[in-house]
Amino acid sequence: MCLGIPGKVVEIREGGPLRMALVDYGGARKEACLEYLPDVGLGDYVIVHVGFAISQVDEEEALRTIELLRMLDPEGVELELGTDPDAAAAPGPA
Amino acid sequence: MKYIDEYRDSALARKLIDEIHRVTTRPWALMEVCGGQTHTLVKQGIDEALPKGVRMIHGPGCPVCVTPLEQIDKALAIAARPDVIFTSYGDMLRVPGSTTDLLSLKARGADVRIVYSPLDAVRIAVANPDRQVVFFAIGFETTAPANAMAVAQAAKLGLDNFTVLVSHVLVPPAMTAILESPTCQVQAFLAAGHVCAVMGWTEYEPIAERYHVPIVVTGFEPLDLLEGILMAIRQLEEGRAVVENQYARAVKREGNRTAQETVFRVFEVGERTWRGIGTIPASGYHLRPEFAKFDAEARFDVGDIHTQEHPACIAGQILQGTRTPLDCTAYGVLCSPQKPLGAPMVSAEGVCSAYHAAGRGLAAQTAFPLYDLQKPLGEVVR
Ligand code: SF4
Repeated sequence: MCLGIPGKVVEIREGGPLRMALVDYGGARKEACLEYLPDVGLGDYVIVHVGFAISQVDEEEALRTIELLRMLDPEGVELELGTDPDAAAAPGPA
Repeated sequence: MKYIDEYRDSALARKLIDEIHRVTTRPWALMEVCGGQTHTLVKQGIDEALPKGVRMIHGPGCPVCVTPLEQIDKALAIAARPDVIFTSYGDMLRVPGSTTDLLSLKARGADVRIVYSPLDAVRIAVANPDRQVVFFAIGFETTAPANAMAVAQAAKLGLDNFTVLVSHVLVPPAMTAILESPTCQVQAFLAAGHVCAVMGWTEYEPIAERYHVPIVVTGFEPLDLLEGILMAIRQLEEGRAVVENQYARAVKREGNRTAQETVFRVFEVGERTWRGIGTIPASGYHLRPEFAKFDAEARFDVGDIHTQEHPACIAGQILQGTRTPLDCTAYGVLCSPQKPLGAPMVSAEGVCSAYHAAGRGLAAQTAFPLYDLQKPLGEVVR
């Protein structure tokens, strides 16, 4: 739960009680809360911990990290993203 | 350790390793605080690529591993109640309590659910107004903003069927406790990058100064770790002891202020017991009195649970970095990821499971000396 994986904000969902986003982690997509990064917008890269975006990173760094993590520690990425299909949003095109 | 070559062949990794060997003139002992970093170090064999005599001591930064047995037993007692839906991060499910674990309870019919985010637990509470939903709020500073927001949301929604079982711990007091220990061998720290992404690193500055210990805020990838190690050894060799930031791409000195505000609105700092280490003052979070109605320990009278670890388990010494899993007589024999005796074998971030996954000390099943101080420096162990 501490790994923290960078992903890209592909959709922002306002209107609910919290500002939420759909974040793409190189294919897998999950919902994340954006309350702690009020300035983040569509297309930005963020590091997400247990469903909350905690810090913003630049695109090049993020892409490199995602690729590296998937290569070096695929199980760690799985574990971090969780395997519960109910919690995940419908996967979009990779 | 099949990935070692992939990253070692990268020109940059090679350069960093060479530079570490070049600047090192003496044996040093460094502690990586975070369990995720331990996992990467061991899995990629980074600790074995360091100069002989440079030793990585694995710190207590695995939240699952330091959650005290009492707290797990409380979780089990609450989860066993028929009116309760018990929710938790997946990592906690197999952690052995005194007599059972959450997964076995679930198999016996308890309603135990894995959630990815604590907000999922709040949603479950909204959807099940006739059931009590309890979330096991564990972790270091990295999960605190998420867990705090879940409580704040429950308060905003006026939920009276949502509570949290809090077992939150903090990194800086643990570092201080390690430094205060008379058997402390740690000469420099790699601080956990994502903990600092939330909290910043101002809390580490007085520690570096007071104990004259270099602290390098470090990321999680092999190259981050190598660079963090290099920066720490440079400081040691030059006799400096300051806080430096290797992980500048994600961490600012002040951290994430917005997240800190919510954390301190919901939680206050207080004493916490660490599995294997004991009680450390001001080392964790408790709910503030305003949020007391969301405290699972108050809602469900779980009584005073006192417990004892498995006698063979030396997790406490391992978590403090004075021994390695190879010193444990149960390691790989009585204790394995399939049948864990202690928490460090359960969690992927635990030292024992990291060693086991990398096959360390399993072939011969004899403890071998990991670090040979006699060998000349500058030699890469393959
Ligand atoms: S190997 Fe198992 S019994 Fe030994 S210290 Fe690690 S968790 Fe405890």
